[in-house]
Amino acid sequence: MSNGETPERQFVRFTRLQRALHACMIVSFITLAMTGLTLKFSYTKWAAILSHLFGGFETAGYIHRSAAVVMVGVFVTHLVDLYKLKRREHSTWRSLVLGPGSMVPNRRDLTELLETLKWFIGRGERPAYGRWTYWEKFDYFAVFWGIAVIGSTGLTLWFPVFFTRFIPGSFLNVATIVHSDEALLATGFIFTVHFFNTHLRPEKFPMDITVFTGRMPLEELKRDKPREYEALVAAGKLDENMGEAYQPIVTRTIRAFAWVALGLGFSITLWIIYAVLFAYQ
Amino acid sequence: MAERKMAGKKIVRENKRRTGWGVVAAMLLGTLFSLRLLERPVRAADAPGSECLACHGDKSGAPTRPGSKVPLFVDGKKFATSVHASFGCTGCHADLEGKDFPHDKPAPVKCGTCHSNEQELYAKSLHGKAIARGDPLAPRCVTCHGNHDIVAVKDQRSAVAPLKVPFVCGQCHQEGTPVSRNRQIAQDNILGNYSESIHGEALLKKGLSVAPNCATCHTAHSILPHTDPASSINRKNIAATCTKCHSQIETVHRKIIRGELWEKQANVLPSCPDCHQPHKIRNVFYDMGMANADCMRCHANEKLRRARDGKSMFVNVDEVAHSVHSKKGIACSQCHSEVNASHVRPCETITKGVDCTSCHDEIGKLYVTSIHGQLNGKNDPNAPTCKECHGTHGILSKQDPQSSTFAVNVPNLCARCHREGNKAAVRYTGTQHEIISNYTESIHGTLLKNGLTVTATCTSCHTAHHILPRSDPASSVNANNVPNTCGQCHHGIEEQFENSIHSKKISGYSKPLPVCNDCHTAHSIHRTDENTFRLNVMTTCGRCHEKIAETYFETYHGKVSRLGYTKAAKCYDCHGAHDVLAVTDPRSHLSRANVAATCAKCHAGATRRFAGYLTHATHHDPKKYPFVFYTFWGMTGLLLGTFVIGGIHTLLWLPKAFQMRRELRAAEEKSAEEHGKSPAKEGTDV
Repeated sequence: MSNGETPERQFVRFTRLQRALHACMIVSFITLAMTGLTLKFSYTKWAAILSHLFGGFETAGYIHRSAAVVMVGVFVTHLVDLYKLKRREHSTWRSLVLGPGSMVPNRRDLTELLETLKWFIGRGERPAYGRWTYWEKFDYFAVFWGIAVIGSTGLTLWFPVFFTRFIPGSFLNVATIVHSDEALLATGFIFTVHFFNTHLRPEKFPMDITVFTGRMPLEELKRDKPREYEALVAAGKLDENMGEAYQPIVTRTIRAFAWVALGLGFSITLWIIYAVLFAYQ
Repeated sequence: MAERKMAGKKIVRENKRRTGWGVVAAMLLGTLFSLRLLERPVRAADAPGSECLACHGDKSGAPTRPGSKVPLFVDGKKFATSVHASFGCTGCHADLEGKDFPHDKPAPVKCGTCHSNEQELYAKSLHGKAIARGDPLAPRCVTCHGNHDIVAVKDQRSAVAPLKVPFVCGQCHQEGTPVSRNRQIAQDNILGNYSESIHGEALLKKGLSVAPNCATCHTAHSILPHTDPASSINRKNIAATCTKCHSQIETVHRKIIRGELWEKQANVLPSCPDCHQPHKIRNVFYDMGMANADCMRCHANEKLRRARDGKSMFVNVDEVAHSVHSKKGIACSQCHSEVNASHVRPCETITKGVDCTSCHDEIGKLYVTSIHGQLNGKNDPNAPTCKECHGTHGILSKQDPQSSTFAVNVPNLCARCHREGNKAAVRYTGTQHEIISNYTESIHGTLLKNGLTVTATCTSCHTAHHILPRSDPASSVNANNVPNTCGQCHHGIEEQFENSIHSKKISGYSKPLPVCNDCHTAHSIHRTDENTFRLNVMTTCGRCHEKIAETYFETYHGKVSRLGYTKAAKCYDCHGAHDVLAVTDPRSHLSRANVAATCAKCHAGATRRFAGYLTHATHHDPKKYPFVFYTFWGMTGLLLGTFVIGGIHTLLWLPKAFQMRRELRAAEEKSAEEHGKSPAKEGTDV
């Protein structure tokens, strides 16, 4: 692939829209985290610097809300995409939810979780994961939870005068805590557990950029998602899911972007640790 | 006649009620006596005493004292016209009443039997005490008044008539007399000087009987040395003595600010004899006599030096001419007092430096009590006196832009000592530093730089002459006086403040409450709509309201303020600034009735329910804020739970992941060997 010969064919895991949505998600998420945490950790020197870099608190607030709009946009687009997927490939919602490619956790995920734990402690073989592992499904639905909790409280705090026509003023205090602590949970989880699980696992180190390119080498598919591979081979659909690998320039660009995202994520993580453990007030 | 007497007595009685009419009464009484006497000239022989005159009335045949040939003659005619005629001889020589002839030597006459007031004054006087000492030179009543021929003082024939008084006194008080030779009297040539003085000239040469004679100043009977505080010529009393006649004298003496000062402040102001020497008083205009030109004869010389220490004594005429004193017609000698025009060098009699308080008395009193004055009183070399700030010959009005005390120049004037590193700043131990530069950058300093002369300068707050340290209760910048001091300009705010919870009147607290400078600072006062002020006010309020300020920073307003967001509500945006009141007070901005409107200042359309937002909520207080407290710990539990599960999962995974990595590497190396390619390159790219 890097020697300029006929491009290697790779397994296509994500659609163009899914990749774009993930990229948008990253941008909006990191933006939201940075602008939001300046407020949460306003007692740290870093917060003041960052707020200043964003052009002052007021501008940081605009950026925060703009990023929130983008993220909700990503979420809505994904729902629309799901609807189109259902129209295209599934006769019913039930088929979409319970089908083999579904993100909804099922009994097999529970089995795989237990098998995985056994594998961790050396009491069994690595489970033959399918298209979506249980931790991927967890991450996926964490976003739903986060959007619901952080989005609703965020909206309340955005329009407090309007919402206090329906709820008591002190609920704004509660909303503030829920919003910021849930956001802390989201950022903390994404920048540590999610980063490790999907990008930084030693066997994939330094990073897995499948979510940006949408492609993964066939070898990796065989190794990582053996059950999906076998199912595709059995159904004879492997070929139609293969595509050309990207030129190195493209992957390098993607890698650069991913490094920036990773770097920011780690920095934010360090900042959170510092703020929570060492500078807490 | 009886009627007349009655009328006379009535008048006397009436007049006695009013002091000041006493003289008139005495004159009337005198007239009555003389009328009576004139009516009965022929009754002299019948009058009491005619018996005595039978012997003593014969000029040559009068009896003599044993061993003396001098006849004890009494001029019956003169006695008959004397004021005492009606009392007869035994009226005074009471011990001879009913005695047989020839009688013994009579006892000395006691005038005090009738003239008790005069006797009393005399006994306390210099002369009376000398008698008591047995001084043979001391005068008795008869020495001045005579004996059998005493007439009313107003009578031209009286020995003590005004025109004769200088000679009566002069019997003893002139050159060559035993008194002048043998007694310590500071003044010399008294009678001679007096007769040449303006008073003596008027009295003696022009016969002006109202001109003062000796007794006018020294009194007749209560003569005391000038060192005696009760003396009419004591330094304290001399002004009162002179102004008995020269009642409007202060109008021609411009040094006197108010008429009464001369008498009240005799120790500060020059007294009459300082300029108008006793007995020699001349009709002299001293200003003119010691005109500036006389001074400038010498002092215009640039090389003029004082012999004592070589100090230049040059006086710049132009400088003096432009000074405020020159414009008001103040001459050199009015400040450099003690000059003596009769000397070739009038200034050689000067012993003291210029004392500005001679005229600027009120200011002088303030200055003496000020810290500058106190230090000066201790002879502190750093203490500024008048001239350090105002200059000397070139003093300008404070309204003059060139003046060092013109509003715009005041900070620079004070900076000479109070700028960091200068002599006053060096010895200062308080909390205020960089006073001058802070002031210059403050709102007051900025306005002053822009030429607003009514803005506050150093002296507006500290006063010009009554500067005292903040710790002094009388200081204008003492905590108790600060609102009043600032209120001189910021009157409306002072009114608000005095009705706020920070005022002792309202709160009733005895502990110290904040005043203007506690929030606004003393010298670095900034506009309250400037960021520095808005962002610091929370820590300012937090100095006292520590807990509540901390909780402020736990909610939105506090957090964004800490990030430098100036628009977010600060303490005073909700609580009010100068009109801050307890939230329980119905007039408070945060009372039930007012809180929604207060929030609506920023949050348009805010309702009572919106105002239910807990601006000081903290998750540390489960009693006061249970919602917040339990939400916080619920969320913290959720976080910890998630991270613990995620973390354990990841940590358990790690060893297997490394194992997979190793196996992968081994497989890659193997395939690379087969293909003859570098494995490293393969591994990095996807």
